Amino acid sequence: MAGAVTTVTAVSNETRPKHLTEARWVRWTLIGIALLFVSVVILLPLVTVLLESFRKGWSVYIEALKDPDSIAALKLTLTTALIAVPLNTIFGVAAAWAITKFTFRGKNLLITLIDLPYAVSPVISGLVYILLFGAQGFLGPWLFEHDIKIVFATPGIILATMFVTFPFVARELIPLMESQGVQDEEAAVSLGSRGWRTFFKVTLPNIKWGLLYGIILCNARAMGEFGAVSVVSGHIRGETNTLPLHIEILYNEYQYTAAFAVASLLMLLAIVTLIIKSLIESKLVRSKHGE
Amino acid sequence: MAKRKSVLPGRRLTLGFTILYLSLIVLIPLAGLVVKTAGLTLPQFWETVTSPRVLASYRVSLVTAFFAAVVNVVFGLIVAWVLVRYRFPGKKLVDGLIDIPFALPTAVAGIALTSIYAPNGWIGKLFDPLGIRIAYTPLGITLALIFIGVPFVVRTVQPVLQDLESDTEEASVLLGAYRWRTFRRVILPELIPPLLTGFALAFARGIGEYGSVVFISGNMPMKTEITPLLIITKLEQYEYSQATAIALVLLILSFGLLLIINSLQRWSNRRLRSS
Repeated sequence: MAGAVTTVTAVSNETRPKHLTEARWVRWTLIGIALLFVSVVILLPLVTVLLESFRKGWSVYIEALKDPDSIAALKLTLTTALIAVPLNTIFGVAAAWAITKFTFRGKNLLITLIDLPYAVSPVISGLVYILLFGAQGFLGPWLFEHDIKIVFATPGIILATMFVTFPFVARELIPLMESQGVQDEEAAVSLGSRGWRTFFKVTLPNIKWGLLYGIILCNARAMGEFGAVSVVSGHIRGETNTLPLHIEILYNEYQYTAAFAVASLLMLLAIVTLIIKSLIESKLVRSKHGE
Repeated sequence: MAKRKSVLPGRRLTLGFTILYLSLIVLIPLAGLVVKTAGLTLPQFWETVTSPRVLASYRVSLVTAFFAAVVNVVFGLIVAWVLVRYRFPGKKLVDGLIDIPFALPTAVAGIALTSIYAPNGWIGKLFDPLGIRIAYTPLGITLALIFIGVPFVVRTVQPVLQDLESDTEEASVLLGAYRWRTFRRVILPELIPPLLTGFALAFARGIGEYGSVVFISGNMPMKTEITPLLIITKLEQYEYSQATAIALVLLILSFGLLLIINSLQRWSNRRLRSS
């Protein structure tokens, strides 16, 4: 599962027996190094975004967000996520059901193929759609004749986003449903429950937290994707700019405060995502211990 | 899973939909890339992917991704160790912060890192008088890739460290081994597979990364131009076949790494289960 390292770990607070731990000075030196590393590498950029966006005060901050181009970018980002995330969620559930409930040849290959988008550079994720739908692409002339625009328009942005966020939900559900086995569903079916009913009444309650976990991670990536979307967007202000692309434009125009103001919105999204994620993790850990 | 035929419904529906959706969104577009490259003759292809500017971009991408992954192995191990084994104030917060690079859009990280390490930025300012430039050099690219790679090593080492049984450590202590020796002889061998996996994941991500790097790199051909950026540059110049050829090289490299990572993870899981 290249690229997906989502482990449910509980931070334990037990102290280890004295003979199995290091001398006090070693412990505190290591803690110091870890804290310094995390502060400089991760915390400092977050603080910078916040300070830079409020550098010229609250009113400039609000002004930057109320700019029509920013609003248009926000709308496009929300539209993209609203289409890409549900489609990938349906796919994720279907793929996890097929992979964990049945045996068939080539299952490992299928799992590897689902992982592919993790391994592909975002730039290539965008490029492949240019090659299919662009003016010089395979379907380009046909699309031009019928006046359908895919690349340098919203559909291209949605497709590239779907490619990049493709594995998220499936990746979360496959190990979870694998560990739960098929007994619950088989019992329901043998008692006469029909297909969809079995899924909604038996499977869904079992996987709901894992599913939600996959969806919020998928959503965060969908709203924040930059490279793939940058290739297919064409950068038309107010039309094909998502929030991350809008940040780039503002930054390159030396409108730093505005760029950081928009960036702070996306940072908020990331932080909220991680808070929900850790809430779900504690639920998952608890439900595991409850068994 | 049992070998008998399952009584559960939806086999054809879900498997069919999975394969259809996978083909439409991922496989056919990727196949298009290969087909498009096949339009070039072999000498043309070779000339494109080994031209000096392209070779320079591989070097920048590979070298910076390599050093960033090495840094992450060292510090990732320390962070994972501290999070699993010690108690200290703010531990939960540190654990949460580790995931930030996964969740924070790369463009946000890119502009933040650039403003920190630019010659007039907080940290850039400290180094500028010493004649050390960070932003707009390979050093800046490496720093961006370190940020991107943090979670990979920490999150692969953490569960292994957590599941490590203390009896071997116990035995080693009883036999009179010092702490450092116990670490080197007993603990470290168990951590080699996850460390290698984490390294490969961070390295693979670093090679393909675009958003966080493009702001801080300065994008000078031959010096700080990474391969993904060169692909975009070629596209913007309408050099479609060149862009595609370079992309194919990058794609093959990523596939190779994906296969290595998968076998590393199998190795790592086997050891985890047998211990």
